[in-house]
Amino acid sequence: MNLHEYQAKELLKKFNVPVQEGVACSSVHEAEEAYRQIKTQFGSPFAVVKAQIHAGGRGKGTIKETGINGVKVGKSIDDITEFSQKILGGTLVTIQTGAAGKVVNKILVTQDMYYDGPSERKEFYLSILLDRSKGQNVIIYSTEGGMNIEEIAHNTPEKIFKEWVNPSGGLLSFQARKIAFNLGLSGEAFKNCVKFVTNLYKAYVNLDCGMLEINPLFKAADDKIVAVDCKMNIDDNALIRHSDLASMSDTNEEDPTEVEAGKYNLNFVKLDGNVGCMVNGAGLAMATMDMIKLSGGEPANFLDVGGSANAQTVEAGFKIILKDPAVKAILINIFGGIVRCDRVAQGVIDAYKNMGNINVPIIVRLQGTNADQAKKIIDESGLKVQSAILLSEAADLVKKAVA
Amino acid sequence: MSILVNKNSKIVVQGFTGTEGTFHATQMIEFGTNIVAGVTPGKGGTNHLNCPIFNTVADSVKKTGANVSIIFVPPAFAADAIMEATEAGIELIVCITEGIPVQDMVQVKHYLKGKNTRLIGPNCPGVITADECKVGIMPGFIFKKGRIGIVSKSGTLTYEAADQVAKVGLGISTAVGIGGDPIIGTTTKDAVELFMNDNETDAIVLIGEIGGGMEAEAAHWIKSTGNKKPVVGFIAGQTAPPGRRMGHAGAIVGGEDDTAIAKMKIMRECGIHVVSSPADIGKKMAELIDKK
Repeated sequence: MNLHEYQAKELLKKFNVPVQEGVACSSVHEAEEAYRQIKTQFGSPFAVVKAQIHAGGRGKGTIKETGINGVKVGKSIDDITEFSQKILGGTLVTIQTGAAGKVVNKILVTQDMYYDGPSERKEFYLSILLDRSKGQNVIIYSTEGGMNIEEIAHNTPEKIFKEWVNPSGGLLSFQARKIAFNLGLSGEAFKNCVKFVTNLYKAYVNLDCGMLEINPLFKAADDKIVAVDCKMNIDDNALIRHSDLASMSDTNEEDPTEVEAGKYNLNFVKLDGNVGCMVNGAGLAMATMDMIKLSGGEPANFLDVGGSANAQTVEAGFKIILKDPAVKAILINIFGGIVRCDRVAQGVIDAYKNMGNINVPIIVRLQGTNADQAKKIIDESGLKVQSAILLSEAADLVKKAVA
Repeated sequence: MSILVNKNSKIVVQGFTGTEGTFHATQMIEFGTNIVAGVTPGKGGTNHLNCPIFNTVADSVKKTGANVSIIFVPPAFAADAIMEATEAGIELIVCITEGIPVQDMVQVKHYLKGKNTRLIGPNCPGVITADECKVGIMPGFIFKKGRIGIVSKSGTLTYEAADQVAKVGLGISTAVGIGGDPIIGTTTKDAVELFMNDNETDAIVLIGEIGGGMEAEAAHWIKSTGNKKPVVGFIAGQTAPPGRRMGHAGAIVGGEDDTAIAKMKIMRECGIHVVSSPADIGKKMAELIDKK
């Protein structure tokens, strides 16, 4: 589950991780109020308006309707009014959103961290994530902040450092010091950085993050170390012990069909193709998508109906897949193990009849327990449903359907 | 000898009396698996499915000599169940549970270091040695006895492969579902190594999917040890978009190295017979066995 910047920062503050302070706003009026408060609190006319969407590249991205960037620095109430008017409700297109962009429902009005002071300002990069091969958490950091980590890795790989954390002891003091030294810090900034990294790691573990990225990790001119931006992902499996975090999920950010599929406990991912599919098991579902492509079609979705493929789940699957007008055919691929194929076949027929008119060809491949009976049920149903037992037969039927 | 489990394996079921545990334990007993005990804390001293229940895994080991455990405990308590079985000296733990928090598995993986216990899974269908022993949730009848080993991250795709292998007149020695989570106990390479050293396995089906580097690791190992037995490979997710989780918690393309295309390339370079279509797994295996 992804969180917005403003939500992530609120969580980090609970772990004493310093962040660029701000107020999340849903209206222009709220943004103006927030600006007044921030101006008084920090004694500077400068403030930043940041669009809150689940995608990176906001600063360089533009709002489709108004042509303004997704992050803007203002120095007066008039600026803030103008920016929030032009950003709120607009569609932000960034390098990560695709051409469709994402609607901005919230903005974060923040303090400006780029003020002058006795020392030099610096932007670093720091993230914590799981190293799958080692089975350990790793802190990845770099002196080159503010840009995409893939870019840094490509241009200056020698400037990327990694620190693996032993699960039994957690992040040790010498490791936090090493990170601060490698970032070239000294004095107050060094001490602040050690504290920052130590607390950030605690937040990562205690919040069950899947990924936590601070970019830029900022050293202000007065040697404060703060998170100017924050990307946080929570491990979905861990939401069982974080009911407070589960409620922070923003379904506006997700594809509406995916949200609906979730209500039926279906695991669905929307894709851009023309052949829909409904499969039991994630691996077989991906393999079925691959087979559709090899047969000359393009998969319109990933859909794992799980262990119980009955009339209700099949009907829900049909409804969700058929919302997409690009779908020209639907392939149902069920390997019946514990679930009996004849039951699934009956479920398909019941769902088909309930739906009334389905205008695209349906191909049903049922293999496993009672596969022959299932094929007979489908073939004798009188419906426009084609049946197959072997995967290769199903592939041939898909080929014909998209030809 | 087949691998991991055989007719002499003595199984204890953790989470025995729950819905899942009861259903699958019943199926396993019907298959002929030797279930000797169950563990449900608080229900020790009673019986379930004609097997004694114990409060702890250690008790079950002491009283029944159980050496293999299968876990159906809910995700919030599964990591604890794995560590309990390890502490009790269980040799092989098969964890079926799906949805264990990643940080719990980080702890488990660390805990298992230096111990003599092997973990299969979590989030897997389990292990089956055809005609001998099923420690898992797979439909047993698909796995006809033969000399092909299967290692797979996916459940139903394992059944698909086993079925195709049977349809071409071959059969299965042991099939291992290693699970689709980001952190799992036994890797693709570990399972391949067991098959390479098994005198009842002539060839291997290796089924992977997007995400992580396990297939590449296995492929390099196979090449470095001289491609001792033919391996047919398939990677699911050639059409999966980057950055999206495809059902399995670990099935997500993070970079250029863990796409299906990248993995298939490495596997081919290492002498594995990679098929692009999942429908060709059995056919390809038959070709290779004929050549031998």
